This record gives sequence, structure tokens and C-alpha cells, in this order.
Amino acid sequence: MIEGYVHGIEWTIKELFVYPNEFIYWSIQIVMYPYMTGLVAGAFVLSSLYHVFGQEDLKDLAKFALVFSFALLIVAPMPLMFHLQQPQRGVQVFFTPHFTSAISAFGIVFFTYSIIVATEIWFVYRKYFVEQALALKGKEGLGNTVMRLIYTTLTLGSYDISEEALHKDEKAIKILAGIGIPVACFLHGYAGFIFGSVKANALWMTPLMPVIFIMSAIVSGIALCMLTYIVIMEWKKFRIKTSKRPWEVTAEEVAGVELNLMRKTSKYLLGFMVAAITLELLDIVFRGYTAVKSWDILRTIIYGKDFFNIFILQYTFGNLLPFLMLLMPRPTVRRLVVALSLVLFGVFMMRWNVVIGGQAFSLTFAGYMHYKLPFWPHNIETYKEGFWGAFTIGVMPFVLFWGINKIVPSLKYK
Amino acid sequence: MRQTRRDFLKTITRGAVVSALPLGAFKFLSPKEARAAVESTNVRWGFLVDTYKCVGCGFCVKACKLENEVPYDAPVTRTWVERYVILKNGKMLADTPMGGRDGFTEQKVQEQDVPPKDIAKAFFVPKLCNQCENPPCVQVCPVGATYQRADGVVLVDRSWCIGCGYCIMACPYGVRFFHPVYRTAEKCTFCIHRLVKGMNTACVDACPFGARKVGNLKDPNDPVTKVVLNERVAVLKPEYGTKPQAFYIGLDENVR
Ligand code: SF4
Ligand code: SF4
Repeated sequence: MIEGYVHGIEWTIKELFVYPNEFIYWSIQIVMYPYMTGLVAGAFVLSSLYHVFGQEDLKDLAKFALVFSFALLIVAPMPLMFHLQQPQRGVQVFFTPHFTSAISAFGIVFFTYSIIVATEIWFVYRKYFVEQALALKGKEGLGNTVMRLIYTTLTLGSYDISEEALHKDEKAIKILAGIGIPVACFLHGYAGFIFGSVKANALWMTPLMPVIFIMSAIVSGIALCMLTYIVIMEWKKFRIKTSKRPWEVTAEEVAGVELNLMRKTSKYLLGFMVAAITLELLDIVFRGYTAVKSWDILRTIIYGKDFFNIFILQYTFGNLLPFLMLLMPRPTVRRLVVALSLVLFGVFMMRWNVVIGGQAFSLTFAGYMHYKLPFWPHNIETYKEGFWGAFTIGVMPFVLFWGINKIVPSLKYK
Repeated sequence: MRQTRRDFLKTITRGAVVSALPLGAFKFLSPKEARAAVESTNVRWGFLVDTYKCVGCGFCVKACKLENEVPYDAPVTRTWVERYVILKNGKMLADTPMGGRDGFTEQKVQEQDVPPKDIAKAFFVPKLCNQCENPPCVQVCPVGATYQRADGVVLVDRSWCIGCGYCIMACPYGVRFFHPVYRTAEKCTFCIHRLVKGMNTACVDACPFGARKVGNLKDPNDPVTKVVLNERVAVLKPEYGTKPQAFYIGLDENVR
């Protein structure tokens, strides 16, 4: 009987010569962490394409993406909390940040970013808040009272919705979205830096890591926004078709808007995909060409042990296939859904191959570690750092979005 | 109380350094530099391993586990011994079952039967924290729970560590792990609690063959310092720029 709990022993299988203390210490939640922050950054950049660069074609998606990115943002630190051995001390990162550490910046960047997104949302929906607060005034019923209270609070006492005031709001939104882009990229780029700066890890250490992370982040964020948007629009069409009530729009109109918007957005998606893949391939080619000491073991990982994960799952199914599907003329909803799901899967596999792949070989360069994802949990660790822990994190943003959307309707479009 | 000029200057310097500290953090001033301004010490602990003398008995590992309360049957350990077997065809085999705690009684290496006639050379290498001069583990700790003392020893504050594992990933030597009971980052401390009392580390005392020695590298008369200065010694993985302070006599190129 081992006294205590040896972290990592349950999911690490060692092979050949591995140091005794080596285990897969950074497991599934550390895959989820950059995945979630990536989605945040991507969703925000998508919304800013409209607000800052005036890409009118993205107008409807932009509002939705902004609110969705807020829901994602709230979830982003959760994988870290699931991962920490002492989660109750997590707040200490704010109390005693040790600035030579890449993780210490998390608190500051995260808060700055949250404030920017929240403020931007407030400006976008201020008019709506005011209208609701006024409309609900004097209405009976508990539900109405609660909603009125919420909206009155959200107005923050500013009821001026004159042309002039709204114009000022627009300006503020533009500025916030503008500041938000570099901060969003920073939020995620530095997640890449957390890995790229670990000199002890031969697979992680590359200055390209932050850039690769940002590009793939934007790809995943856009893909997720598109996918969620499609699902919501399909639901709407379904409701229009099945209900007896008259709707202000017909199902055909919704379908038209939906496809048109998706066609335009996928252009941006393709562009970022090309950038992401180019950088990733550059990284592999460069490593192979320079072939420093670690290349011998890295090669056995990249072309051997992880070949299926990297070249089949990540590059073929996650990149090449959806790339071709998105390029094909006359997109259909079904094809888009498949392609976007594959893109999301591809980015997830990229995170997986970096985080888990980086620990697949020993620091001895003469041994391997294999990661076995715990499925059915039999203690708190195997839940937190197992399939169901990751699943919990994965569904959380949708639940949150559903809640937030009740107050801030991001899907009404004019 | 009369204040001498010297005292006054000291206070001023201290005040200045303390007020400059937050700025120093942004300037990537190493903690060492900041500290050097406030306090100086004439102790720098270092370690010397003579790989020729190690027979792989594992007494050091046992002693360490008991002294430092690392659960005896957990596969993790603050110090360990590796066995290397180099075959005549150049192939390298190595292992460290349970960190070498129970010695190497098994003939098989890496689950392979190795006929003695195929062996070119074989040896043991003890490992422990190098108490690096430029420790990446300290650099990456987000809350400053892991820190370096003025005498060079790197420690973890168990009451402040959040258990993120970043330091474990950052150490190129695989020295760190999570303590099975405390659930915080754990590592070799050079038995600093013993050193400050003028004793040796537990592993040094336990080694019947004198393969391990600990000493003050700032004292030119210390036996360890003498060997480090006058003989041919090497350190592990110098390419990482960590400036390890555990020196090895007879380090083979096959050692990882
Ligand atoms: S050997 Fe590892 S744990 Fe010890 S000081 Fe160096 S980097 Fe830190
Ligand atoms: S595990 Fe503890 S000591 Fe190590 S980096 Fe994290 S907080 Fe610091």
C-alpha cells in the first residue's frame, strides 16, 4: 500500500528508461485550458472583425460571438482549477504573482480582458437594457419584477438613449473592440508562451508556439461560433415550421440569411487555417532540418508513436478534409456542420498533441510515457483529470451562454 | 541609541532595495541579484558524486526517504540511483527500479537478459537536485512558492504551493514530483535542516563507500571545493544553462 496519492500514476504507462519521478503531470485539463482560452480569443476576434474593421457581412454573427466569448471566458480558468493540486490556493496567483512565471500573468490578463468584454457588451446592449427596464415598469408578476430589477441594475443608472448618446456608445464599442484584439491575442499567445518557454521540454520549446497558438485559437473560435450559430438557427427554423403561431420571418428567410452569413464567415476561417497550418508545418520541418540532440526521440514520437494522432487525426481529419469541404462551392448546412466539427476536433487534437505529446517521451530521451485517459472515475482525481472532467468543462460554456442569453439576447437580428 | 554612519548607510541601502523590488520584478532582476544587495553569505552548498565509488546499494535512497518522510513505497523519490549497461555494440540500457531503493539485484536490465560477455561497461549514477545556480523551477513558479536561499539551496514552501506542476515540467533533470501526502511540489533539499546544524545530508551519511559528498563551494579548503577546483568534474545537461551545482567525477557520455 502506498501512503498518500502519487499524482499521475493512474494514467501514465512508462516504457524503457524513464526517471522515477516522471509522470504525465499535465493531463487532459491542460489540454482543455488552451483549448478554452483559444475559443475565447477566436470568438472575440470574430466579433471585432465587424466592430473594428467594419466587415458588415459579419454584423449578425458579431453580436452573438461577443456574448458567446463572454460565456467561454468565464469557463476558461476552470480547467486550471480542476488541474491544481491545491485549488483552494488558486487565488494566490493574484496575491503574490511571481512575474518571472508565465502563469502569473494569467490573473492580470484575464481580468483586464474580462472587463473589456463585459464593458463592450454593456455598451452594445445598453439601449436594450434601458428599453426593457422602461417597458417592464409597472408590470405585475414575480417574473417581471425580477427581470425589471435585473435590467434596472444593468442600466447602471444611465437612461440616456438619444441619438447622440448612442453614437457615443458606438465609438466606445469600437475602441474597446480595438483594445480587445491585442489583449485577446495576448491572453492566448501567452498560453502558448507557457509551453514554448519550457526549455526542459524538447517538443514545446519554440518561439513559434505563441503564434501557432493564436492562429489555431482564432480558427477554433470562428468555427465554434459558426457551428453554434447554425445549430441555433436550425432550431429556430424547426420552431417556425412546427408552430402554429405566425412568425415575423419565414423559415426560408432564416435559411437564406444563415447560409449567406456562413459562406462569408468561412472565408475568414479558411484564411486563418492556412496561417495556422503553415506555421505548424514550418515548425516540424525546421526541427527535422536542424536535427538537434532531441530530434532522435522527437522523430520517434512524431513519425512513430503519435503518427496517427498527428498526421491522421489532426492534419487529415482536422485540417485537410474540412479545408476541402469548406472550399467546395455551394455549401449546405449539413456539409458545413461536418466541416466545422472537424475543424474543432482538429484544433483539439493539436492541443492534445502538444500537451500530451510533449510528455510522451522521457527527459532521458531514452524512454516513453503513454497517457491513458481515465474514463470512469473511481476517485476525485480520475474525475477531475479524466474524460468526465473534461466533458464538464466542455458543456459549461453552452449552459452559461443559455443563461446569459436570457438577459442579453444576442440572437435577435434586424 | 547612536546610529553610526555605517548603520545609516545600511538602512538606506536596504530601504532603496526594498522599494526597488517591485520594479525589479519587471526588469527580470534575478532574485539572487536583489538579495545580494541586502545580504551576502559565505556559504554556497554544492554536491560531489564520485560515480566510480557507487555500487548501487541504494542505501542513500532508503535513508533519504526515511529522513525526509517521502512515503516509502511510492515510486517517487528525492534522490535515486541509475544503472547503466553499455553493450559492446554501443547500445545503452538503463534502469532505476523504485529509484534503486532496494539495490540492483535483478540481472535483467530494461526487462532484457544481458549476457555478461556482451557488456562493454556498466556503472551506477546517483542523482539528486542540482541546486542550480540558474534554476528554471524557481523562475516558472507563478506564486513564488519555490525559491532559492542565499546559500543556493532551492526549496518549496508547502504552505504556499498551489500544485500547478509548472516547476516539475521546468526541471530538466526530473527531480521534482508531487508529494503523495502533502500534494505539493517536492524535491531534494540537500537536507538543509541538517546542514544548518553542521551535519551531513542523510544520503551522504548513509553511503558506505563515500560516493556522495556535500560541501561549501565558497570555502576553498572544503574537500568538495578542492575536488571541483582541481580535478576533472562534469555536470549533468549543461546545455540547459541551469548551471548545476552537483558535480560528478567520472561522468560517462551515456548518462542522461
Ligand atoms: S535540478 Fe531541477 S529542481 Fe533542482 S534546482 Fe535545478 S531545475 Fe530546480
Ligand atoms: S507546483 Fe507549487 S512550487 Fe511548483 S510551480 Fe506550481 S506553485 Fe510553484
